[in-house]
Amino acid sequence: MNQLFFYVFAVLTLLCGALVIANPISRSPVTSAMFLVLTIVSMAGLFVLLHAFFLAAVQVLVYAGAVMVLFLFVIMLLDLKEEEQRRIKASAAALGVLAVGLIAVVMILTVHRSRLGLSLENSLVEGSTIALGRDLFTRFALPFEIISLVLLVAMIGTVLLSRKDLR
Amino acid sequence: MNPVGLQDYLVVSVLLFSLGLVGVIIRRNVLVIYMSLELMLNAANLALVAFSRFNDNLDGQVIVFFIITVAASEVAVGLALIVALYRRRQTTHVEDLTTMKL
Repeated sequence: MNQLFFYVFAVLTLLCGALVIANPISRSPVTSAMFLVLTIVSMAGLFVLLHAFFLAAVQVLVYAGAVMVLFLFVIMLLDLKEEEQRRIKASAAALGVLAVGLIAVVMILTVHRSRLGLSLENSLVEGSTIALGRDLFTRFALPFEIISLVLLVAMIGTVLLSRKDLR
Repeated sequence: MNPVGLQDYLVVSVLLFSLGLVGVIIRRNVLVIYMSLELMLNAANLALVAFSRFNDNLDGQVIVFFIITVAASEVAVGLALIVALYRRRQTTHVEDLTTMKL
């Protein structure tokens, strides 16, 4: 059952990811954004299969919720009608795909050659939300506080950058 | 069918990362390039969660938590930059942004 779900979610993730970058029907950024939402949601499914329930929820809330709304808002703000017309240069695209394909082959070979241990029997990660919270507030308390500073800086930066008289 | 192992998740992660990289290379719209970057970040997240699950160690999930937070703030700042750029140049096409080219 788990295998079936893994293959469903993996295929869905990769398919929607491919449609984000190259959609044969529409070149508009809005469709890309919509398929990115689908990619992220199916990835949350993979997270659930990995028993990372809290992260799956955060993934849907933060990425599919907040980040994608931000993307769509900016797409709406910029008038991108004439941008859709431009063509991708075929030779450049082919070279890029070739190069990335080689990188992917190298990485997949590395994954297959390495002996990766798997221990699923003694699951400490099971029911991980409590343990995750405890880790966040004890061992990772300092990074946790620094992250809040990062968010503050990002907020100030965003407000400054979107001023009208920016120069 | 073999049971799904760490390697399967890592292969999915590699493929997703490659898709993101292809997107960054072939697309010419800054917004779509940005979405491809998100794809790559997500691929890294998937690998980290898979490692965390199969090595029975929660540190990977904690790092993913931080990555999601930083990615959210990065998106906010990046999109603000794109909006500022659009106000200046009326374009989001990378081939029109060649001021710093020699």
